[in-house]
Amino acid sequence: MEYFLQQLINGLSLGAIYGLIAIGYTMVYGIIGMINFAHGEIYMIGAFVAMITYLAVGALGITWVPLALLLMLAASMMFTSVYGWTVERIAYRPLRSSPRLAPLISAIGMSIFLQNYVQLVQGARSKPLQPILPGNLTLLDGAVSVSYVRLATIVITLLLMYGFTMLISRTALGRAQRACEQDKTMAGLLGVNVDRVISLTFVLGAALAAVAGMMVMLIYGVIDFYIGFLAGVKAFTAAVLGGIGSLPGAMLGGVVIGLIEAFWAGYIGSEWKDVATFTILVLVLIFRPTGLLGRPEIEKV
Amino acid sequence: MLTVSGVHTFYGAIEALKGVDIEIGEGEIVSLIGANGAGKSTLLMTICGNPRARAGRIIFDGEDITHLPTHQLVRRGIAQSPEGRRIFPRMSVLENLQMGAIASPPKGFDRDLEEVFTLFPRLKERINQRAGTMSGGEQQMLAIGRALMSQPRLLLLDEPSLGLAPLVVKQIFQAIKDINRERKMTVFMVEQNAYHALKLAHRGYVMVTGRVTMSGTGAELLSNPEVRAAYLEGGH
Ligand SMILES: Nc1ncnc2c1ncn2[C@@H]1O[C@H](COP(=O)(O)OP(=O)(O)OP(=O)(O)O)[C@@H](O)[C@H]1O
Ligand SMILES: [Mg+2]
Repeated sequence: MEYFLQQLINGLSLGAIYGLIAIGYTMVYGIIGMINFAHGEIYMIGAFVAMITYLAVGALGITWVPLALLLMLAASMMFTSVYGWTVERIAYRPLRSSPRLAPLISAIGMSIFLQNYVQLVQGARSKPLQPILPGNLTLLDGAVSVSYVRLATIVITLLLMYGFTMLISRTALGRAQRACEQDKTMAGLLGVNVDRVISLTFVLGAALAAVAGMMVMLIYGVIDFYIGFLAGVKAFTAAVLGGIGSLPGAMLGGVVIGLIEAFWAGYIGSEWKDVATFTILVLVLIFRPTGLLGRPEIEKV
Repeated sequence: MLTVSGVHTFYGAIEALKGVDIEIGEGEIVSLIGANGAGKSTLLMTICGNPRARAGRIIFDGEDITHLPTHQLVRRGIAQSPEGRRIFPRMSVLENLQMGAIASPPKGFDRDLEEVFTLFPRLKERINQRAGTMSGGEQQMLAIGRALMSQPRLLLLDEPSLGLAPLVVKQIFQAIKDINRERKMTVFMVEQNAYHALKLAHRGYVMVTGRVTMSGTGAELLSNPEVRAAYLEGGH
């Protein structure tokens, strides 16, 4: 029972991270029908910016942890937003009316470029860090111990997802975003600046990925230029599993994959956990091709 | 109010508009009729800059809007209910109407919404329904209502009667007449239903394969033998 709870928390925090990244994939897919292959790299950059900010904050003599964390969060969200915006401008917008293969290739190019760029300026070796948020919450007389970082990851993710869902479902901006997803020409006729909404979608996705990057850095205490690849693949899988284009789907997909990984690693061993993940994906897609929460097309248009 | 002069529009190598001239005066209802593929929808969309005219000029209220970005036109006072309705199927009726007002100042919203509901009470009954699940006629009302939400001075309507039962067609045309008369809204309308369209309109144009071939008052065109033969025979 205690062991189960332990794995549950591990799985949920991991799933939260995948979910945060998956939202970026699913929103970009929703609006331009493209997989943004550079998105995993944006997440990786978010982790690096958080780390650099942490070191800078330390050098400045700021030792109060909440302030340090807040600064890290703000800096990584800001920088990745700029990266996300730039990626769209450079790799996607010029190719918007080209055949679909062209932006796909430029996206992969962008991904390789960003990886190499970080490798070049930050070095290829992993960056270990002192634990910033040490300590555990112990439950059930010490049988279950949950690190504060993992708890914080879950709580912050829940808050972000709530805020984000409100933004998309309740505000004029969110409506404009959904309108562009459904019919860009019509949205334009009604006065929506479609290019700006697309940019904004990249920026929002990047900012959420930055949070994921920062939390991973805090949990594992070590990052390198290559972490974006596997996390990107997993988060993309989460988006497909949940139903690509669906926001709640991305969150659910992330949690499902996080839980599978944690329980597989906890009960069976960590060797085959990625295989398990992808097997589940294949099974779900066989029985529900649109993903768990993907919408079947029933509207008459 | 709107002057289209010498406009050419292309889809790739296909020339859909081959030098179109049209003039629409303030407060008028102007109908454009023509066979399938004549370029009527292309003209309405070209006025809104999507696709953009490759040659010629479009002047609205003295301003050259030929090269204005599409999303700025609604702020100038032009709204369109386009071909195929293009409502947002996964949004509610209310959200669709909110989209119609997205470029307008929020303070007039409630008043504009009430006006649309007065015109189309059915929309009020369906306010929270997903637009994609509404009937064709309801969707048409929504598309027109959405265009009205920006309080345009020029309303562009592409086949407002398409696929609707005769009773609903009558309703829609009555609504257009009311909008024009009571709110002094200028209407430029494309219609297959030539009889109704010309009867309602102050003036009309006939378009054939990318060119305007005839123009006149609604009554003149209705009694013109060529128009009758091409667009009215077989009754209405
Ligand atoms: N997106 C497009 N790409 C290529 N050709 C197009 C496109 N849209 C329209 N056309 C062509 O341009 C011409 C004019 O089309 P348009 O839709 O303006 O006709 P229309 O007068 O509105 O016809 P209808 O009465 O059938 O609606 C047609 O020959 C059509 O095939
Ligand atoms: Mg047409």
